[in-house]
Order: sequence, then C-alpha cells, then structure tokens
Amino acid sequence: MSHAADHHDDHHHGPATLSDGFGKWAMRWISTTNHKDLGTLYLWFSFLMFFVGGAMALVIRAELFQPGMQFVDPEFFNQMTAMHALIMIFGAVMPGFVGLANWMIPMMIGCSDLALPRVNNWGFWILPFAFTILISTLFVPGGAPAAGWTMYPPLSLQTSNAFPMLIFAIHLMGISSITGAINVVVTILNMRAPGMTLLKMPLFVWTWLITAYLLIAVMPVLAGAVTMLLTDKYFATSFFSAAGGGDPVMFQHIFWFFGHPEVYILILPAFGIVSTIIPTFARKQLFGYDSMVYATASIAFLSFIVWAHHMFTAGMPIAAELFFMFSTMLIAVPTGVKVFNWVATMWRGSMTFETPMLFAIAFVFLFTIGGFSGLMLAIAPVDFQYHDTYFVVAHFHYVLVPGAIFAIMGGVYYWLPKWSGVMYNETAGKWHFWLTTIFVNVTFFPMHFSGLAGMPRRIPDYAVQFADFNMIASVGAFGFGFSQFIFLWIVIQACRRKGEAATARVWEGAHGLEWTVPSPAPYHTFETPPVVSDAEVTAVHDEPAHA
Amino acid sequence: MATHAAIEDQYFVPAPSWWPFALTAALFVLVHGIVGYLNGTGFGTIPSIVGVIGVITMVVVWFRGVIAESEGGLYGAQVDRTYRWAMGWFIFSEVMFFAAFFGALFYARMYSLPWLGGDLPATNEVLWSGFEFTWPSNGPAALGGAFETIPAWGIPFLNTCLLVASGVTFEAAHHALKEDKRGRTLAFMVATIALGAIFLFYQAEEYVEAYSHLNLTLGSGIYGSTFFMLTGFHGMHVTLGVIMLTVVTVRIAFGHFTTDRHFAFEAVGWYWHFVDVVWIGLFIFVYVV
Repeated sequence: MSHAADHHDDHHHGPATLSDGFGKWAMRWISTTNHKDLGTLYLWFSFLMFFVGGAMALVIRAELFQPGMQFVDPEFFNQMTAMHALIMIFGAVMPGFVGLANWMIPMMIGCSDLALPRVNNWGFWILPFAFTILISTLFVPGGAPAAGWTMYPPLSLQTSNAFPMLIFAIHLMGISSITGAINVVVTILNMRAPGMTLLKMPLFVWTWLITAYLLIAVMPVLAGAVTMLLTDKYFATSFFSAAGGGDPVMFQHIFWFFGHPEVYILILPAFGIVSTIIPTFARKQLFGYDSMVYATASIAFLSFIVWAHHMFTAGMPIAAELFFMFSTMLIAVPTGVKVFNWVATMWRGSMTFETPMLFAIAFVFLFTIGGFSGLMLAIAPVDFQYHDTYFVVAHFHYVLVPGAIFAIMGGVYYWLPKWSGVMYNETAGKWHFWLTTIFVNVTFFPMHFSGLAGMPRRIPDYAVQFADFNMIASVGAFGFGFSQFIFLWIVIQACRRKGEAATARVWEGAHGLEWTVPSPAPYHTFETPPVVSDAEVTAVHDEPAHA
Repeated sequence: MATHAAIEDQYFVPAPSWWPFALTAALFVLVHGIVGYLNGTGFGTIPSIVGVIGVITMVVVWFRGVIAESEGGLYGAQVDRTYRWAMGWFIFSEVMFFAAFFGALFYARMYSLPWLGGDLPATNEVLWSGFEFTWPSNGPAALGGAFETIPAWGIPFLNTCLLVASGVTFEAAHHALKEDKRGRTLAFMVATIALGAIFLFYQAEEYVEAYSHLNLTLGSGIYGSTFFMLTGFHGMHVTLGVIMLTVVTVRIAFGHFTTDRHFAFEAVGWYWHFVDVVWIGLFIFVYVV
C-alpha cells in the first residue's frame, strides 16, 4: 500500500502533528479518513459538549437553589432546560458512543477501518456545524428554543428566530446519525475478520449493531416530525392544528415513535461497554452471552411499541393506555436478564476494582434504580401523579447519567491505555469516580422526593416546601460538575503520554482482538485480516459450566 | 487479472479527503440562507445561492471521485458488498421518512378527525360543536376555504402506469446490460428517463391545476398538508431518481460498467423501484381511498 512507500520519505511515519505546522495539523483532522482519528474527534467533541451542556445544567441548579427568582429570568431558564437536553443527548452522549464505536469496532472485529471512511468523516464534521447553529440561537432575537427538547407544538411554534435554526440543526444531526449508523451496520455485517462469526462478536459490537439499526429506523421519523413543525409554522400546513383537522397530540405520537427508540440508542451501547468491562475485572467469562444478545434485540423490538407511555396524560383511549402500560412493563424482562447476567458474571469472580470496574459496578446499581423508577412510571394510573414532575427528571437522569455517561466514562478509562499507550493515574481515577458517584446521588436522589411531593418540571420557581431537597440537589450538581475537571485532567495527561507505559494487554483479564495490537494502537491496524483465535473470542462467549 | 486478485486481499481505505468537510461547509451556508429567508432578515438569497452551488459542486466532486476509483479498479468484492449494504440501509431510512408522513395521514383520518367529529362526544362538544367528520377535510375551521380534490382515475392513474412502466423498462435495460447489449440498454434507459420526466411534468401540471382551479393548497387544512407534503417529497425523490438515471445512462454511453459489475446502475434501480412503491402507496391512500 502507498503509505509503506511514504515511510522512507517522511521523517516520522504517520499523521501530521503540531510540530509539522498548524496548517498541516489542521488539515490532518479536517480531512482524516482514519477511524482512530475520527473516534478521537468524536470523543473530544462529546467532552466539549458535556461541559457546555453541564454549564447549562448548573445555571438551572443555581436558579433552583432557593425558591424565588435569583439569577435568570424565566424565559432564559426555559431556554436552558431545552438546550441542556438537546446538547447532552445529541452532542454529548450520542457522539460519545459513536466515538467509542469508531475507535473500537474495527479493532474488535479485526478490520482496518469503517466500511465508508469518507462518510465517517462527513458524519463527524457535520456535528460542529450543527451545534454552532444550535448554540448560536442563544444570541439571536428572541433567544434559544425554550419549549423543551421535545418541541411540542403549539408552544414550540412560538419560538422566534431560533426556530428554523433548531429545525435545521436537527436535520443536520440526523444526517450525521444516519450516515454514521449505516457505516457501523455495514462495517459489522461486511468487514469482520474470517472466523469472527456474529455470535462470537464482543457484546459492544452487538449492542452497537442493534443501536445503529434503531438509529436508521427512527432518525428519519424525527426529521419528518420537525419538517412538519417547520411547514406548520412557515408554510400554512395544519398537521398539528385542530382547526385544520390536525392534532397537536399527533406530534407527540410521531415524536415519541422516534423518542423511545432514541432512549435505547442512548443506553444499548452502554450495556455493551459494561458487558465488556465486568468480565475483565471479574476474570470470568460473561455469564449468558447469547441471552445478552437476545435481550438486546428484544429491547430494541419492544422500543417500537411503547412510545405512548410518554403521553399517558395527553389523552388516549383506555385500550391504548393499557396496551402501552403492559408493553412497557415487558421491557423489564430483557433488562432484568441483563442485570442478572452482570451480577452472575461477578459472582465468585476474582474481582479487582480499577476505575473502569468501579464505573461499571456503579452502572449496574444506579442504572437499575433508574430502571425501577421507570417501571413505576409505566403504571398508567400512577403516572397521572408522576407525569411532568421531578420524579420523571430523577428517573431519566438516573438512566442517563450513572447509566449512559458512567458507561462512557468507564469505557474511556478502560480503553484509554490502548489509545494513548500510557496508564492513567489510578488514584486520580478513583477520586473522580467516588466524587462523581457521591455527587450524582446527592443531585438526583432528592428529586424523587420532591417529584413525588408534586414539584413540576421546567419551572424556575417553586413552592417553599420543596426548598430543602432543591438545595441538596443544587449542591450535588455543582460538586458533580467540578469533579469532572479531574476527568479532564486525567484525559489530557494521557494524551500528553504522561504515565506508565501500558502493555498490549493492558488489563490482566482482558480478551479480544483489540488487546492483541500494541499500546498505543498503531495508526493503521489489521490491514490484513487477523487470525481470530479461540482464546480471544471464547472468553466473551458463554461456555458450559465445566469450563 | 493479477492486480484484481491483489485488491481482493486488501481492505480499501481511501486517502484523506477534504470533500466531506467542504460539503458540510456548503450545507452550513445553505442552512444560513434558508434561515435568513424564513426569518425575513434580508440576508437569505446570497447564502442560499452560494450554498446550493456549493452542495451541488461537492456532490459532483465526491461522486466523480468515487466513479474514478471504481473505474480505476480500486474496488474489490468487499467494497461492492459495502455499497450494496449501505444502499439498502439508506433506502430503509427513506422508507421510515415517508412512514412519518403516512403516519400523519392515517392518524388524522382514523383518529383526530373522527374524534373531533363526535366519536369522542366531549371533544366534539367542547372543541368544535357541530363539526362532522368527512374526508377529504380541511378541518372544523375549513382552513383555506372550500376546495376540490384531484380525481384518482385521471392523471394520477396515468402517472401510476407511467411509473410502473418505467420500472419495467429499467429492468429491460438491466437485462440488456447483463447481456452486454449496450445499444438496447441505452434505448431502454432513455425510455425510463422519459417516463420519469413525463411523470414529473404531469405532477407539476396537477399542482398548477390544484392551485389555480381547485383551491387545493398547502393551507387546505390536513388534507392539503398531507397531500402536498407526501406527493411533494415523492416528487423530489422522483426528480433525484431521474438525475441518477441520467448519470448512469451517461456512464453507460461512456462505456462504464461490465456485465457482472455495475452496482451503481443497480443501486439507481433499487432507488427507482423504491420511489415506484412509495407512489403506489400514495396512489392508494392519498388519491383512491
């Protein structure tokens, strides 16, 4: 291949660095088709958005520290809640998972790159542009979108100049997600090394295959929904106006047909990461590999038939309420299979508690709490009380922060030595973990109580009986936010190659093709398909008890 | 065929490329233009024009590059499979996009309008007492005023025949290509393009008729909304399909493709059949039922 010939011309073989000059360095990142470069870009973008969205969360928590109006006016407060959600979902969590997929899937299945590397570049570079459009709405007349990330009409149609910017930013993010997802599916289906059969793939690859399928299925539906909003506002259509025979509730149906699979898009890759980390540090095979795959597929299927549980109070025939209540409860079955499998994997294992494992164990505990509160919300008659209260806020933050975000953080700690070639600072990692875990609970656990007592979501002021719990939550939020600077420092240190050199295997109990290449992973890996040895794949596979 | 064998053994990894970034930048400019136009800031026209030119340029540059790589023999069987999978999943995403609009049509006809019309007596009484459900409907406020619909068995039926026929002529072209009969391939491709173009002509004529004589517009309540959005997005897809058909026809004229390797041609065919199937759905649920 051509870069073998380049080797002699170029002093340091490989991609341009800053020492080659800024222009060359910038062009390297702009034009890169390398899955590792793009994975890095995705992860840094995700990290940046995590801080931007987090700063908005702190504006919200500062305002809610005490009852009464303190820092911001209500309109700006509402802009913060809508923007915080949009940025965290589409800017932090999804690109975080795509970054991990970029880095790890080709190395896990033994191929050189994603199937469509230029499309991969396109999928990434759309995001900075899309978020420039979205975040710049803060500075246009009328301010940013303030009708929540769900954009329910007719309220969202009152958004001023920010409105078309919001819609087109979502269209661009949709292009990014769909092209990225097609790339992942095609890579997994077409590029596996010989011998890497579907049921030998690491679970992270499996969960991403199913996630990508969900993305391709539902992102176009979101595009359709926001397009209808756009034409309702500017081109006189009446999809969501009863006067013309449409229905505002119809938007909720279309939106949540996207939105519920979307929440599994935000959690299935997390399941894959946790299923990768736990066997490594329990030094045992993953318990119930096949059932994990089937459970993931079942969750994906069920995600298409539960959407209206977000709308129990919006007005639906009783038969529909019952159907969506029971279908939602069914999801507890495959999810329970997973939780039991993780626990069974740890059962009698030789456990050690490095930072990735701590995050994975915290995930199992805290995600399960979020799952249980979800089960409570699934009960339609009870949901009439819970709907639009802080109980819902507590629920989805438990599944998204100590769920999705903890998995991303655990994954970063787990694979950082493979990416950078150096071990991160374990003491700092433990500090980061414990502060994060304590503060995440201080932040979100009291919200269950204020929610059950009736505190509504998305309000800048509240009745005085909620004051204590809000004060605790705000303290926790600031503690959580500032703890993340430890994480930032750890990652920067690793990027600067500060730390002990990592071995190829990195973790004693780690198995998989990604651990057969050196640390840091060379710029190009598996340019010819590797031999897939049983030692690397059976370790993640369910074996009979005598093994 | 020694080089061919060597390609089969290796993954194809393209060199770094500025195309995707430039395409994104052009999209960004285009979005600013449309936003400026919608917000009436007086700063819409120039970015829109620059954006459209930029997007078209970059799409052309990118596809030219891919065609050059393909004709240069850089693509092995694995790349061929990659494109097949990718095209299939792309069409699936398109199906889901149309599903959102069909969903809106079904929901309005099966639920929201009947409920408003009295199936849920309280809704009817409180919101629009006296409104009765009929279809087509522009809603209880009769938005846009009285209108007539396009009769299904006139131009729409003719259009159905045209599109189905174009699917048949495309397959005839495909068979001819596989038998290496280039002249016949070209003739059938020209017929396919012509049928698609005539479809578009009639569709445009139908819109003119709707706006100028039937008072059927985008503003005609839920009927106008679903009618124009479904047929409009379909028409945009037919337009894109005709462009794609034209491109592969020109490529055939230039001697591209072989009897057994011509996936770009087949991909256009998949897309064209998809557009055809969507139309049949439209014909049944928008025009006939």
